[in-house]
Amino acid sequence: MNWLAVKAIYRAEMARFVRTFLQSIISPVISTSLYFVVFGAAIGSRIDEVEGVSYGAFIVPGLIMLTVMTQALSNASFGIYFPKFIGTIYELLSAPVSFLEVILGYVGAAATKALFIGLMILITASFFVELQIQNWPAMIAFLLLTCISFALFGFIIGIWAGNFEQLQLVPLLVVTPLVFLGGSFYSINMLPEAWQTVALFNPVVYLVSGFRWAFFGMADVPVGVSLLAIGGFTLACVSAVWWIFKTGWKIRS
Amino acid sequence: MTAMVQIDGVEKTYKGGFQALKGVSLDIREGEILALLGPNGAGKTTLISAICGITMPTGGSIHVGGHDVVRAFRKARAMIGLVPQELTLEPFETVWNAARFSRGLFGAAPDDAYLEDLLKRLSLFDKKDNQIQELSGGMKRRVLIAKALSHDPKVLFLDEPTAGVDVELRRDMWEIVAALKETGVTIILTTHYIEEAEAMADRIGVISKGELLLVEETDALMARLGRKEMRISLNEPLGAIPADLSDYDLRLEDEGQALIYSYDTRAERTGIARMIAALTEAGVTIADVETSQSSLEDIFVGLVHQRDNAEGDAA
Ligand SMILES: Nc1ncnc2c1ncn2[C@@H]1O[C@H](COP(=O)(O)OP(=O)(O)OP(=O)(O)O)[C@@H](O)[C@H]1O
Ligand SMILES: [Mg+2]
Repeated sequence: MNWLAVKAIYRAEMARFVRTFLQSIISPVISTSLYFVVFGAAIGSRIDEVEGVSYGAFIVPGLIMLTVMTQALSNASFGIYFPKFIGTIYELLSAPVSFLEVILGYVGAAATKALFIGLMILITASFFVELQIQNWPAMIAFLLLTCISFALFGFIIGIWAGNFEQLQLVPLLVVTPLVFLGGSFYSINMLPEAWQTVALFNPVVYLVSGFRWAFFGMADVPVGVSLLAIGGFTLACVSAVWWIFKTGWKIRS
Repeated sequence: MTAMVQIDGVEKTYKGGFQALKGVSLDIREGEILALLGPNGAGKTTLISAICGITMPTGGSIHVGGHDVVRAFRKARAMIGLVPQELTLEPFETVWNAARFSRGLFGAAPDDAYLEDLLKRLSLFDKKDNQIQELSGGMKRRVLIAKALSHDPKVLFLDEPTAGVDVELRRDMWEIVAALKETGVTIILTTHYIEEAEAMADRIGVISKGELLLVEETDALMARLGRKEMRISLNEPLGAIPADLSDYDLRLEDEGQALIYSYDTRAERTGIARMIAALTEAGVTIADVETSQSSLEDIFVGLVHQRDNAEGDAA
């Protein structure tokens, strides 16, 4: 195991993050603030409370999840796609590293960035609403697992993508809709019954629900099921990555 | 002495079915400079890529420092530095960070003193905090060299180090390579230019259409290839070569309108001046003079011919 290589990749990726720190931080923070203004203030003034929690606070876990998922995904997919695009991938391929070190470096950095931005949003949110977090360990666990699994997922997309359009395709076509329909801004109990059933097929529902449970102790689905869902998703991504590793898929000619 | 790089019957067939390497075997000695000379598409980059792990060979085996590049890839690759043909660098990275990244990637512990010395040797130290996008093309190529040398490799591959580089920088590059050889690094470089191979290499391997046609000591090869022809156009056609000039390697062409003189560019004296003087003495008036060297293409054709003939003889 070449830990120096893991460290080198991680550092280089984090350096990119630091170089573009303001852009990286400002845009999620601004969009979160906008969500608070639009959803929290405008709509919230009519909804008032969801199962005993003020609407403004209710949407915080969903907002964090939304941002963390998209950030982890886009950072990791871009991180590995970029060297392919500009050709610097030659160095990774010629280095004494296996796929494992490459993944640890890229996915680790993307997950760190997403985690950091998630925490920034939590802090931003605390300026708008009063927040209580009932179960810190569960909150951190859900956050971490989401960062890692979506970074893994992003890494796979970045390896797979042959051009920028493909790089955007999955996030745009699959992830964004699932996330918006994933109960970030409402409890699925507020949906008509038929749609509640449909919603249960959306994996993001389980993540948001579990994460929200860590904050407020209330959930759309049992928290155990949520944990199982995120665990399962992580496992699926790990298997996919392992398969890519075994077959050398799309990496070496 | 054992070979530093040992290439045995390496084949590469790309996915589309194109065979870029047709069984290449070659031993590269420790500390030597070997030039791979060949036209576009010969398979030079493919061969280097197969050694360095960028592409998977579809046949044969490769050892670097005694380590199989597939099975013991970590040990083999840790000994190798690669300067690719294209200027592929992350534009926003600083020179210093780029070099430090490469060192770490190749599993070497941080050593700022070594990197500092390396950048100084490549005249890059005063640019160490510049972003790579701010550098000129020649400097970028040096950054690539710095990255390749950042982990102090035993074997260095330079894929067309002087492509797109002006004359002065080309000389620079030759000097850098010579200095590297002094430190004991084994160097394999590719080039399209025979003069470049001659200037830098101890041995030259000629590769064409995925086959290694020959590997020879530079001096021996140049002696074979170093002949040049001078074409002397005459004002008056000659019926025969004047008797006084029979000592020179001359022949008549174009119905006596032109004299062709062939000579060895590497000989102590080419005999050109004396031959012209003798011509004038004999009353021959010269209209024009032009010299030509067999192009690389001619040389390849010649070599393939030679080999085919040899095979024919053997059969
Ligand atoms: N990834 C690839 N897939 C299919 N064919 C390839 C691939 N890479 C190279 N080739 C083909 O293999 C042959 C050898 O290419 P290579 O790049 O090794 O040549 P080269 O000797 O380095 O040429 P040049 O002097 O132009 O750099 C070429 O015909 C090329 O088209
Ligand atoms: Mg090439």
